[in-house]
Amino acid sequence: MAEVPVNTARRRFLTGSAVAVGAVGAGFATVPFLSSFEPSARAEAAGAPVDVAVGKLAAGQMVTVAWRGQPIYVVHRTPKMIETLPSLDAQLADPNSQVASQQPKFAKNFYRSRKQEYLVLIGVCTHLGCAPTYRPEVAPKDLGPEWVGGFFCPCHGSKFDLAGRVYKGVPAPTNLYVPDYIFVSDDLIRIGVAEKQA
Amino acid sequence: MIQKLGKWVDDRLPVSHFWNAHLAKYYVPKNFNFWYYFGSILLAVFAIQIVTGIWLAMNYKPSAAEAFNSVEYIMRDVNWGWLIRYMHSTGASFFFIAIYLHMFRALMYGSYKKPRELIWIFGVLILVALMAEAFMGYLLPWGQMSFWGAQVIISLFGSIPFIGPDLALWIRGDYVVSDVTLNRFFALHVIALPLVLLFLIGGHIMALHEVGSNNPDGVEIKTNKDEHGKPRDGIPFHPYYTVKDLFGLGVFLFLFAAVIFYWPDGGGKFLEAPNFIPADPLKTPEHIAPVWYFAPHYAILRAIPDKFLGVLAMGSAIMILFFLPWIDRSPTKSIRYRSLAFKIILFSFVIAFIGLGYLGTQPVNYWTTLFSQIFAFVYFGFFVALFLVSRFEHAKPVPERLT
Amino acid sequence: MMKVLVIFLLNVLGVTVVLASDGGAIALKPVSINLNDKAALYRGAETFIAQCATCHSAEYMRYGRVASDLHLSKTQADRLLPPHLKLGDEMVRFMPADYAKTVFGTVPPDLTLIARVRGADWLYTYLTSFYADPTKRWGVNNAVFPGVNMPDVFAALQGVQEPVYQTVKLPDGSSEQRLVGLKAPLIPGNMPPAEFDAMVRDLVAYMVYMGEPAKLQRMSLGPYVLGFILLFTVLMFLLKTDYWRDIKKPLKAD
Repeated sequence: MAEVPVNTARRRFLTGSAVAVGAVGAGFATVPFLSSFEPSARAEAAGAPVDVAVGKLAAGQMVTVAWRGQPIYVVHRTPKMIETLPSLDAQLADPNSQVASQQPKFAKNFYRSRKQEYLVLIGVCTHLGCAPTYRPEVAPKDLGPEWVGGFFCPCHGSKFDLAGRVYKGVPAPTNLYVPDYIFVSDDLIRIGVAEKQA
Repeated sequence: MIQKLGKWVDDRLPVSHFWNAHLAKYYVPKNFNFWYYFGSILLAVFAIQIVTGIWLAMNYKPSAAEAFNSVEYIMRDVNWGWLIRYMHSTGASFFFIAIYLHMFRALMYGSYKKPRELIWIFGVLILVALMAEAFMGYLLPWGQMSFWGAQVIISLFGSIPFIGPDLALWIRGDYVVSDVTLNRFFALHVIALPLVLLFLIGGHIMALHEVGSNNPDGVEIKTNKDEHGKPRDGIPFHPYYTVKDLFGLGVFLFLFAAVIFYWPDGGGKFLEAPNFIPADPLKTPEHIAPVWYFAPHYAILRAIPDKFLGVLAMGSAIMILFFLPWIDRSPTKSIRYRSLAFKIILFSFVIAFIGLGYLGTQPVNYWTTLFSQIFAFVYFGFFVALFLVSRFEHAKPVPERLT
Repeated sequence: MMKVLVIFLLNVLGVTVVLASDGGAIALKPVSINLNDKAALYRGAETFIAQCATCHSAEYMRYGRVASDLHLSKTQADRLLPPHLKLGDEMVRFMPADYAKTVFGTVPPDLTLIARVRGADWLYTYLTSFYADPTKRWGVNNAVFPGVNMPDVFAALQGVQEPVYQTVKLPDGSSEQRLVGLKAPLIPGNMPPAEFDAMVRDLVAYMVYMGEPAKLQRMSLGPYVLGFILLFTVLMFLLKTDYWRDIKKPLKAD
């Protein structure tokens, strides 16, 4: 029987294609496993928009709701609170909300909200993720005579004003985050929706 | 550069030694047939079970209150959870299909005989560990079949004289199968038994690579070496058997995927319908059947009218396998050169095993009991007959070289 | 005895023999389900919400999953969704569980997985086999689920079927009335029989889908996965034969 010489080109081609197809297959096979780490349908359902009725929220009061497991602060600001906001600009790190990631476009103003009287914030400190406390009182003992009301983070002492803007010289680098929200009606806020749907 | 790095590693870790000893210069008989695919397939199934198992454990909750819901959560809410779960449940059945065929191969070609007794013993230990693994895993979905299957099997231990009732209580950790039982079965299923399996598989393969593979002719290739000390009828495992086994793996994956995508409940055999009802300790399903891979042993249990003797028979059906290398006294390994008597008893054994497997899933009546008894008799009779036949067997002459 | 043996042997040969003895008095009626008929599934979902969801939950099924799997428009989805619920919510019975317990004596079972437990044929037969039985609490009984504690929710649509009894002599000399079939209602229902039948079929199709929504995905993904594995296997076969020519040659030369 005649010796058939090994056709190395053919063998190399077959090996190459087998390796390529095998690698692609292995790549496809990882997709379900990696993708299963994404939020499940349950997590997505729990992360659905939440409604907050603000009709009964007295001026100066704050209400906390949970959205996607995070605390959402809704504050009904008094006219006096709003008046003090522009006067603080010199003490703030980013008074004009220049850092775009921290709020939707509609909140890039000095009061950082859709309507002046209602402030909506994610209650997570931009330093290391603690929940800042709401301190509306003026010049309390522990925060000193300069304090005109705002948010104070007990973990590392970061301070924010009543629009969630961060003071200079505190650990937190940026203003508190403003989530997407809309006014469904005058006294109903829907958190987690960017635009009113037709 | 890469060569340098390779040498640096190799000086510190025996990578190339391992590669040569177990693949590139590991000589294997060149005449392996269809039956020799199942070893590598079993390794692949083991890997699939480990990976999918880890992923299932990420969303599964081992508590009586949440287990059933968490499985449905995996099936519906987790991205691709259904695929991962079906891979795992189908993998369990394929594991047993492959292991039973792998063992049948050993019976046919005498792969348990000297010098491979330890390989066989490791193999039977793997079977026992796998059965424990599968049994505990089956409780986890916490459906009606999970619960009542576990209840029945654990009660079997209760029939052992003197210690039985305390032993059953100790296994359950409660007076019935409960949250406690589920939680400990989970720990054993996901950590303890996989580790045991890993060690046993390691031992199985190390023992195999020490003595080398048997083959369909049952001829030792190491007795005929060329001037370089290489077996004349041997070929290196890599590349010849790596490409061959990868081809076998491809065929296997095709069948595996076909079941996962088109037949995941296996006609009610891989996933049983009553297991879609959450476990209810107050309501027994009309008919409790074990999963198919336990059915032969369950049929032997039911064939014996006495509870303890039944349990004993079921246990012996597995334990007797350990002694096979000494029960079979014939020096001839392969069925190709063995007597007609051997072929007949082996064939009867296979029929009895399949018959028992069928009967174990059927409701009890006069006929199923009768046939179970006949088949159980044939099952044990095989070992007795083998002991006698192998002593006086007139085998055909075995060739010097592989054919 | 011969009969049992024959059945046993047929079973061994893989032929399934169904004995119409246990449970129901009538044989199951086969129903074919096409899960690709999304319109039918949607009609079934509507029927489920309208007729079943008051008392029964499908607590593993989310409205949003139905909407996305069946490619529903927002209008269609809103027609399914009860006003107080969101798309991400699960199909929980509208009736509070306490109330259900006082009405039925027990909480009606969850139906998410019922199709996987019972099968489509059983569901179809069950839903169309209620019949008048004044001795029962709800005035009806069911031919495949005798003594079921459930009113005939389709009574107005289908009418109430009448039972056909046969007197059977028992070995001890006494006799017994046994249900052997069902006949058309005395007062016909509001829905023509063909239309009613189509509605039940759609409902069963929806319940089969609900038992395993992933079935839609696996059916559509299957051919690609199998095709890819086949490609790999063919390549490996060619590679294997190519390598093994080294071995086969000297073997023949011997």
